[in-house]
Amino acid sequence: YSKIEERFGELDLKNDTDIPEVHQPTDRTPEILRKPLSGLSYRYTKPKYLVYLIQVKCFHEIITIGYRVYHSYDLPWFRTLSKNVKNYKYCIARFCLFTAIRITLHNMRMSFVLYCTGFCMFVLSLVKRHYRLQFYMFAWTHVTLLITVTQSHLVIQNLFEGMIWFLVPISSVICNDIAAYIFGFFFGRTPLIKLSPKKTWEGFIGGFFITVLFGFVFAYFLAQYQYFVCPVEYNSETNQFATECEPSELFQLQKYSIPSLLQALLGRETVTLYPFQMHSIALSTFASLIGPFGGFFASGFKRAFKIKDFADTIPGHGGIMDRFDCQYLMATFVHVYITSFIRGPNPSKLLKQLLVLQPEQQLNVYKALKLHLIEKGLLPPSFSLRG
Amino acid sequence: ESEPENKLDGETASDSESKSEFGGVVPAPAVDDTPEVLNRALSNLSSRWKNWWVRGILTLAMIAFFFIIIYLGPMVLMMIVMCVQIKCFHEIITIGYNVYHSYELPWFRTLSWYFLLCVNYFFYGETVTDYFFTLVQREEPLRILSKYHRFISFALYLTGFCMFVLSLVKKHYRLQFYMFGWTHVTLLIVVTQSHLIIHNLFEGMIWFIVPISCVICNDIMAYMFGFFFGRTPLIKLSPKKTWEGFIGGFFATVVFGLLLSYVMSGYRCFICPVEFNNDTNSFTVDCEPSELFQLQEYNIPLVIQSVIGWKTVRMYPFQIHSIALSTFASLIGPFGGFFASGFKRAFKIKDFANTIPGHGGIMDRFDCQYLMATFVNVYIASFIRGPNPSRLIQQFLTLRPDQQLHIFNTLKAHLIDKGMLASSEDA
Repeated sequence: YSKIEERFGELDLKNDTDIPEVHQPTDRTPEILRKPLSGLSYRYTKPKYLVYLIQVKCFHEIITIGYRVYHSYDLPWFRTLSKNVKNYKYCIARFCLFTAIRITLHNMRMSFVLYCTGFCMFVLSLVKRHYRLQFYMFAWTHVTLLITVTQSHLVIQNLFEGMIWFLVPISSVICNDIAAYIFGFFFGRTPLIKLSPKKTWEGFIGGFFITVLFGFVFAYFLAQYQYFVCPVEYNSETNQFATECEPSELFQLQKYSIPSLLQALLGRETVTLYPFQMHSIALSTFASLIGPFGGFFASGFKRAFKIKDFADTIPGHGGIMDRFDCQYLMATFVHVYITSFIRGPNPSKLLKQLLVLQPEQQLNVYKALKLHLIEKGLLPPSFSLRG
Repeated sequence: ESEPENKLDGETASDSESKSEFGGVVPAPAVDDTPEVLNRALSNLSSRWKNWWVRGILTLAMIAFFFIIIYLGPMVLMMIVMCVQIKCFHEIITIGYNVYHSYELPWFRTLSWYFLLCVNYFFYGETVTDYFFTLVQREEPLRILSKYHRFISFALYLTGFCMFVLSLVKKHYRLQFYMFGWTHVTLLIVVTQSHLIIHNLFEGMIWFIVPISCVICNDIMAYMFGFFFGRTPLIKLSPKKTWEGFIGGFFATVVFGLLLSYVMSGYRCFICPVEFNNDTNSFTVDCEPSELFQLQEYNIPLVIQSVIGWKTVRMYPFQIHSIALSTFASLIGPFGGFFASGFKRAFKIKDFANTIPGHGGIMDRFDCQYLMATFVNVYIASFIRGPNPSRLIQQFLTLRPDQQLHIFNTLKAHLIDKGMLASSEDA
């Protein structure tokens, strides 16, 4: 069987053309991955749970592909491995890893314990002669986790900032997809990139302008409603999530003077806009210029592993990952944008941390804050005489 | 050929084992890197003992090096950690290239190093912003860099990502995706660990020294116990490890941890958090020792009282924590070693590299440290440290005025409640 190890090694080095096709499966996913998914489907309608569901589904799809790739090597010992109970062991290990990272959202200690458990189980489950395969799956799992789980975590954080930060980016990406397709269909001539031969420069540029316009208009429409604009907060009295607040400056109409060049065109001197619409231009620009790279990445991935679609979940469209491939980078971008340009730190979280400090530290912080507030004129200076 | 003589080599797969597994295909023999000096000194010993001596001398050399860099202080330590990280990354990536024979894709090396640079920039930026807040606020370019830090790091990463997509070459997609995945997993493992180590270091050098020494001690003790008493094998992956070594190493490490922390808790330079002093523009390690590092009396449980003959014992509370650290180092640390052994078997390599004669590469020495750094960091964050006060003040200053007032008033009410403030303060 040393020949098998060598063949495995050879297959890795060969050209893509020599690697066999990966067949769409009759679902060979082990039971353990499917059970949690079946329970999740329709019970939860809140956006947060929807995001979780999508994340699990994406993770499942990518891991299934990993399995299929290795099945396609069609090595005789592999067939026994797939029916083997040992397969189950590193599914458990993988699921522990996955749960661990998810729980990081809430609790660092638990997630670290779970991760260690998963790691140890992985090491214990290493089967002789199949080391390379198992390490591949380990790495595959980690990269998948990195991509799907961190993105969905950031999506949820954006959501809590206000539903508009969730809706506008996602719709910009979808709009760009559709607009680029339509422009390419009618005017497409010069191909854009060898990786995706259907994409054209005309589609790319046309999609860009349409998306910016769409983002602009959609943002105007949504910014009027408190429901979309307010940060989601947990009201401990009613035990619900509430979205009610005084709209921040971003969402209050302001007058902007139009530069003289455009004044002639539009015939007006000023225009009232929401400041958020300026930000939406930045978001739409990112969605149209960089978002497609996520799509190219996914195309390259599908070519590399010779699959037509990620899965068969949505008839006619392929799997969930096919729909979400362009969203990869968008969620991270929106999060980074918010933390850099918009949001300050969360006041209630800050307060919680302050109350956890040692009493002497709290006193020092109190004195420093007082000095600062007096300086800014927020506190009457008579305070400086006491304490 | 010294290969068959490596029976005493506890860390890497033995050759008899690998021969049967690989069906006679033995991995390429390691080039003998031992410096001439050692070669001459040991020339009259048989090759078996020579190898043992080389390992022994290098072990002592590494331990001495460890002491020297501790003496040199936190900044040097930080630099050393950074260098080790880069070397580890280099070693693992080179293995990847050798496995996939992908040296023909030159973009790839540049991209891997570029990603390393981005991730390091991100982490170092966060550390600098956290710990050197006042310095950063003073210098104008640093202030802007720190304000938009996440955005800049993300932009850098994106550039790398787009370059990767643009560099995809027909017919080599799979290989390129493999290398992309390989790079990211390596970054995840190597770079995050090293940054957590640096965070631990800033908490106080003792949090850096005790965990690392526990892992090293466990390595050596398990080896010794296995050598003298070893009989029942521990795991098929590493046939040299034995249960006797494992358990003996566990107890020896716990005792060692207790003693080492007792010795170190007496010195300020080890137990104080590293801070940047604005006036002298340098790093100071001076403070009032916290409760953890003040001797306290503990009652010995009755059971042990009869054995030891004392009623109470004076210990540092930190020593209790060191028991937890040593336990983790002896029980879970070895899994990092097994992981590395499995990795070497999977990719048919004997050692990660040839950097240290007799020991292999840097990764070979650091494989058991993988999880330790993360554990210590999680431990500190969960059980020891509260949030950093200066960081909180910094966050406070970015809030809106009404939010600031609200927090200030709540804090005041809380302090009055606790009796820390005179209640004559008006609301």
